[in-house]
Amino acid sequence: MYQKFKRRVTGTQVVMWIIGFIILGGVIYGAVHTLLAATYPPRVWLDLIVFGLAQGSVYALVALGYTMVYGILRMINFAHGEVFMAGAFIGYFIATAFDRSGFLNRYYVIAQLLIFVGAMATSATIAVLLERIAYRPLRRAPRLVPLITAIGASFFLQYTFRGFFGSGIKSYPEPTALKGSITILGITVLKTQALVIVAAVVMLLALYIFVQRTKTGRAMQAVSEDKDAAALMGIDVDRIIVITFVVGGALAGAAGVLFSTLFRQVFFLTGFIPGLKAFTAAVLGGIGNVTGAMLGGLFLGIAESLFPNLVLDGLGIPAPYQLKDALAFLMLVLVLIFRPTGILGERLATKKA
Amino acid sequence: MLLHIDSIQTYYGSIQALKGISFTVDQGEIVTLIGANGAGKTTTLHTLSGILHPRHGSIFFEGQPIHTMPPHAVVRLGIAHSPEGRRVFGRLTVAENLDMGAFVRRDKAAIKQDLDRVYTLFPRLKERQKQLAGTLSGGEQQMLAMGRALMASPRLLLLDEPSMGLAPILVDLIFETILEINKQGVTVLLVEQNALMALSIASRAYVLETGSIILSGTGKELLNNPDVMKAYLGME
Repeated sequence: MYQKFKRRVTGTQVVMWIIGFIILGGVIYGAVHTLLAATYPPRVWLDLIVFGLAQGSVYALVALGYTMVYGILRMINFAHGEVFMAGAFIGYFIATAFDRSGFLNRYYVIAQLLIFVGAMATSATIAVLLERIAYRPLRRAPRLVPLITAIGASFFLQYTFRGFFGSGIKSYPEPTALKGSITILGITVLKTQALVIVAAVVMLLALYIFVQRTKTGRAMQAVSEDKDAAALMGIDVDRIIVITFVVGGALAGAAGVLFSTLFRQVFFLTGFIPGLKAFTAAVLGGIGNVTGAMLGGLFLGIAESLFPNLVLDGLGIPAPYQLKDALAFLMLVLVLIFRPTGILGERLATKKA
Repeated sequence: MLLHIDSIQTYYGSIQALKGISFTVDQGEIVTLIGANGAGKTTTLHTLSGILHPRHGSIFFEGQPIHTMPPHAVVRLGIAHSPEGRRVFGRLTVAENLDMGAFVRRDKAAIKQDLDRVYTLFPRLKERQKQLAGTLSGGEQQMLAMGRALMASPRLLLLDEPSMGLAPILVDLIFETILEINKQGVTVLLVEQNALMALSIASRAYVLETGSIILSGTGKELLNNPDVMKAYLGME
């Protein structure tokens, strides 16, 4: 019995677990310390959670694109952040035009829907073009090749947008309908954050129903498990792959609009950090798993908003909010070390990798 | 003639796997391809169902050339393929797997009828409808793979190694079911390593060796052929 146990645990694993416990201890100590010191009133925590939920739902929408493409092609589409950025840009252009003509404020709901439609259509188109031009010819190549291509495509899109629209930061217009806040169940929420959360939840639900309940969604699951077997069922695998990019792209486009609504600025690198964070969220939830991407996004959003004040503050680290990006990627590293399959992920070995 | 294969040559990259194979399958028959590992049996089935395409030669199904078609178009013509190693969708339930089998069909009433037919052939599948296919035993997965192929309501059923890795009692059950399916009017092209079982239910058989057909005849003829006995039935 002891022999069996001894053989399974290596020195590296022991060191890893020690590091893990130190980090866990630090998190608990910091959180308890902050809460006992009562540095912030409860109101602040609530605001942080709501804001975290809002940015987390944006991450979740983008993470779905990563996870669905990975599920079907076993490839990380690193240009997905730029698909998101394109959505933010088109949303900005439409919103600015509507703002100048006064349409944005006069018919806010219609204007907002049109902004969504424009951004989603553009992002979906770019995603499909990426698949057609950059990825499909490499379908049978070693897995590293499309990955490098994706990084190349990402830079190509970033600097194409810079070339066309300049490198300045553009400020996204704020419709009067979204100024101020509303109170739901006694919780005061900024209207922009409410819009982001509601819109994201609606889209997440729609996607969930699409994947679980429709024939095409079922076919996507089949293709992600076994492409050849799916083809033998009469499923047009190429068509399913295109649909995956359309759906992922459209969600990223919508996320782009929501992100600019939340942060009110757009520029050619807008997609870079949020893209990486959404990728982190997808890994966190278990890449390839749709529900996991949703949960991973929400978790990362809330953690990023809450942890600097909750944990780092308690540990006596100055200006903790500056460290939120470091914290997000620290989480990626920790997940990869301690649970590479993510929260809901399956062991890759059981799949046909 | 339901299926006519005319000197097909299939390659994996630069390696030639099929060196000009020709054979036919008639309506209502059970035809079997037997041969050792690597003889090209699975490659032949993959070429038929469009997963691979022949570099030379042609395949006609009911007189229509199909050798350039993608697999999803071949299924629509009425050729269903139950692949080697079962390849069921492990994260879908039994019922969902069967539903995938009928993916190309729109005729709801007839699909329901075929589902009942599959559940009658394999009562075990009915008991396990809601179970994830990945949790089934090997024999049950084989039943599911065959049932799934039948859900396409095929006129030609391609079966690749249905007996592989199964206990003898299950092998008997599978072969009985193949006969039953054939009696219901489905033509069967069966690829098997278990030559004895395959030849005993086959109307006609072909023997494959390193990408070529070296022998053909009725099932009985080959069962009694001394070369076949020695090489594939393990009898002196």
